[in-house]
Amino acid sequence: MLNDSILTLTTFVPAVGAVVVALLPRQGRIIQWFTLAVALLTFGLTLHLPFHYIYGQPGFQFEIDRAWIPNPAIRYHLGVDGISMWLVVLTGFLAPLGVLASWNAINHRTKEFYFFFLLQQTAMIGVFVSLDMFLYYAFWELTLVPMAIIISMFGRDRGTEAAIKFFVYTFLPSALLLVAIVWLYARTGTFDFVRLQSILAQNTAAFPPQALFWASLAFLVAFAVKVPVFPLHGWLGDVFSEAPTAMAMVVAGKLGLYSILRFNLGLFPAQARQVAPWMVALAVIGILYGALVALVQKDMKRLAAFSTVSSLSFCILGIFCFAVSGLDGAIYQILNEGISVGSLLLLVGFMYERYGTYEIASYGGLAKRTPHLATLFVLTSLSLVGLPLLNGFVGEFLILSGSFAGHEAWVSAATAGVILSAAYMLWMIQRVFYGAESGMVTDVPVTDMSFREHAAVWPIAVLMLLMGVASPIWMRAIDGAAVKLASPAALVHMAVKQ
Amino acid sequence: MTQVPQAYRILPELLLTLTGVLIMLIEPLMPSGMTRKPIGFLSLAGVIAALIASVWQLSLPSGTAFYGTVQTDAFSVFFHVLICSIVLVALLIAFDVFDGTKERPAEYYALVLFGAMGMCLMTSAVELLLVFISLEISSIATYILAAIRKRSGKSPEAGLKYFLLGSFATAFFLYGIALTFGATGTTNISEVAAALPNSPVPGFASLAVAMILIGLGFKVSAAPFQVWTPDVYEGAPSPVVALMSTGPKVAAFAVLLRLTYGAYPQLQTHWLLLVWIMAALSMTVGNLGALRQHSVKRMLAYSSIAHAGYTLVAFTALSGEGIAAAMFYTATYAAMNIGAFAVISHAGGYDDRLVSVADYRGLAYRSPLLGGALAFFLLSLIGIPFTGGFFGKFYVFTAALHSGEVWLAVIGLVNSGVAAYYYLRLLMSVYGKPSDDAPVQLIPRLKGSLTLALLLTVSATLILGIFPGRILAMARAGAATFTGESAR
Repeated sequence: MLNDSILTLTTFVPAVGAVVVALLPRQGRIIQWFTLAVALLTFGLTLHLPFHYIYGQPGFQFEIDRAWIPNPAIRYHLGVDGISMWLVVLTGFLAPLGVLASWNAINHRTKEFYFFFLLQQTAMIGVFVSLDMFLYYAFWELTLVPMAIIISMFGRDRGTEAAIKFFVYTFLPSALLLVAIVWLYARTGTFDFVRLQSILAQNTAAFPPQALFWASLAFLVAFAVKVPVFPLHGWLGDVFSEAPTAMAMVVAGKLGLYSILRFNLGLFPAQARQVAPWMVALAVIGILYGALVALVQKDMKRLAAFSTVSSLSFCILGIFCFAVSGLDGAIYQILNEGISVGSLLLLVGFMYERYGTYEIASYGGLAKRTPHLATLFVLTSLSLVGLPLLNGFVGEFLILSGSFAGHEAWVSAATAGVILSAAYMLWMIQRVFYGAESGMVTDVPVTDMSFREHAAVWPIAVLMLLMGVASPIWMRAIDGAAVKLASPAALVHMAVKQ
Repeated sequence: MTQVPQAYRILPELLLTLTGVLIMLIEPLMPSGMTRKPIGFLSLAGVIAALIASVWQLSLPSGTAFYGTVQTDAFSVFFHVLICSIVLVALLIAFDVFDGTKERPAEYYALVLFGAMGMCLMTSAVELLLVFISLEISSIATYILAAIRKRSGKSPEAGLKYFLLGSFATAFFLYGIALTFGATGTTNISEVAAALPNSPVPGFASLAVAMILIGLGFKVSAAPFQVWTPDVYEGAPSPVVALMSTGPKVAAFAVLLRLTYGAYPQLQTHWLLLVWIMAALSMTVGNLGALRQHSVKRMLAYSSIAHAGYTLVAFTALSGEGIAAAMFYTATYAAMNIGAFAVISHAGGYDDRLVSVADYRGLAYRSPLLGGALAFFLLSLIGIPFTGGFFGKFYVFTAALHSGEVWLAVIGLVNSGVAAYYYLRLLMSVYGKPSDDAPVQLIPRLKGSLTLALLLTVSATLILGIFPGRILAMARAGAATFTGESAR
């Protein structure tokens, strides 16, 4: 019984919470506590999934499939599989941390902030669980709105520009995505992902190959902007440096990468292989470009942005090599990216709350003042760099080893990205935490991390270690999905015909 | 089948006219210092009665009256209900605006009701000359309404501009009717359709369609006949713009549907090309024009041109699905656009104190409800899911793609991507931090009537966005009576 409604609950509990937030009085910290409770409740609900997931069973689980709009046939169809289940949990996990991160940072217009924060939560979970293309698209577009409004309202100083840039960047290609979705509907008469998948797998001959290719490209571009894939990353730097921590934590990576895995590999396996050489090249360029640009950043948030471009490109590399271990690594790396970059942004945000700047040069010798913060910062950096025993290593190792065969030159070049990432992260740590104390650090007295801040970062720190040593917990579900993506039915079918 | 009394077929129009006449009679009898609120209530009652009468018409068997000049069917009822709802909201918006000004609100109420009567009649008339007369009734009322703010320079200018260009356009429409008569010997829509294939002068008919498209293109402000729109919207008082950017357009679209699919189905290839060009041009001109605007009202004027373009895209589908999509789109457009103008009208007040996008900066801080409502309508105009605007666009482009109009759909969707920019600029301004140096514009307290108007429009936009099934079914029913007609 609960299995049927669990996805509906996880998706809409935050939205209901948002409505309640809008009605709460603006007094004291009622709104914060309430949002925290909603976020924790949502996280608790998402935890239902891994405990009741039937490992080894192919296809979607926790499905619910009801008619929503009779004509055109749009269904309310939700479900998760190995790709999406942990992403839902990750989204639920990050939400309470986001609330804790915003506790003091957002001190005006709290009602608006938490309203949109919770709405964003619903939209993101909705993207991961929707199995009706139309419903999926609706949530996909909805993710833009709260994000853009929050960036505009709570940006540092150029929030509005960053918000509009973000919105237009992602909205334009999404319009083409809609054309492609509707075109598929016009051809097949269904929006249902599962049915579309089997229709496309069985009679590819019924579709003009050229048109299918363009449709898959429309999908890919829309998702690549959202990831972002080099050279479509123009929005990320501005958004990272303007957005409040809680929003920057969720803006990049998982939505776009999930969609590529689900739709480009799921619906258009042959077309995805057609563009694979290009995507591998872009991924490697992105890895190196992101790392090199990160190396010269003077602002910690912009550094985080370009390091994100670099490490998300690793995921693209893993995806478009179509090897099981590469896909495993890519899916794992999406989760890593969510928590490790989340942790980095949290810590940088705490420093901003203390000193009011992200500029690396203003800091120096901070480790003596805030030893806890420094320790967690180093741990996070090591995870991002890919140190063995931490989560980042598992993902990067799987990606590089899985994709090496057949792409030797590209992957060798990508490995240089690992070294560069160590360079920019460690160099930043050296400048910020060690060396002589800067004037600012000496002049501004600060305290080390508070209980609230510990509560926000420690769960991530524990998880980084756990994901580094006990990856099978996650891999059990991921691997099944990756195997299916690596050898989809459509290609097997085509091979049989030839 | 029992004979339906002829008057039943025009009951909503009769009610609207009677209320209008009653207002004209009562107003001079009222002492000059007295508030005109009772007249407002009277006009509201008249519109509600007309609304109920329209819904009731659905229970009548569809058919014609008055020698085949008026027809009630699911199609006419759909538009009657839509127009009456628009007028209801428009009256609510204006309810408090004229308080404390030197204008005569009773004139406004009466003109709105006469205009509404014209619009309603446009959607049920099946005789070209009656279409023309009702078009003129609705237009003349709107011309005067545009100029109703007599003590400001801009309003009469807007009215005059609207009047001159509008009469020019109706002349084209009249030419179209004359040429149709020349080609077929009749002005009854279904007879025209029957006589067209045997027309001795088919060239006349093609020319007639072109003329009629020009005339109606002006009324719906489709490019290249859109030039009047920004100036008129900017000059006319906001409550009037709320009405005239929705009501007359909806009615004109209804006429356009009836004529293209009802009277000239044989000439599909001719009008399809023209409509295609108008749709592509309107979307592009409207959106590109809006990008450059600083004044919010001018921006929304260009946006309304673009939305006329989206509606025209549905025409090119040449199917019942396309007709239903066009009908649905007019409904969503009306709900969100009139809602946006309700906010603008209240925030700007009678003399348009808020003009540019920058003036709206921080509106959400000063009045969260007003700012939130405007943001919601803007999101719907962008076409964000779970709002009516999304489903409207979705149905339109689905219909177009179904009929293979891939290019028009691509043009349209790229356009809607561009459009996101200027709506967002306003949206971000509404939610932006108010600048410290700008003088604080006081936003008057929300009155009950405006709250009701916002409530109606917000819930309509939401219902269209989440549960569009019922309304789409009604639109399909309307389209069905109609495709049956054209198939005959």
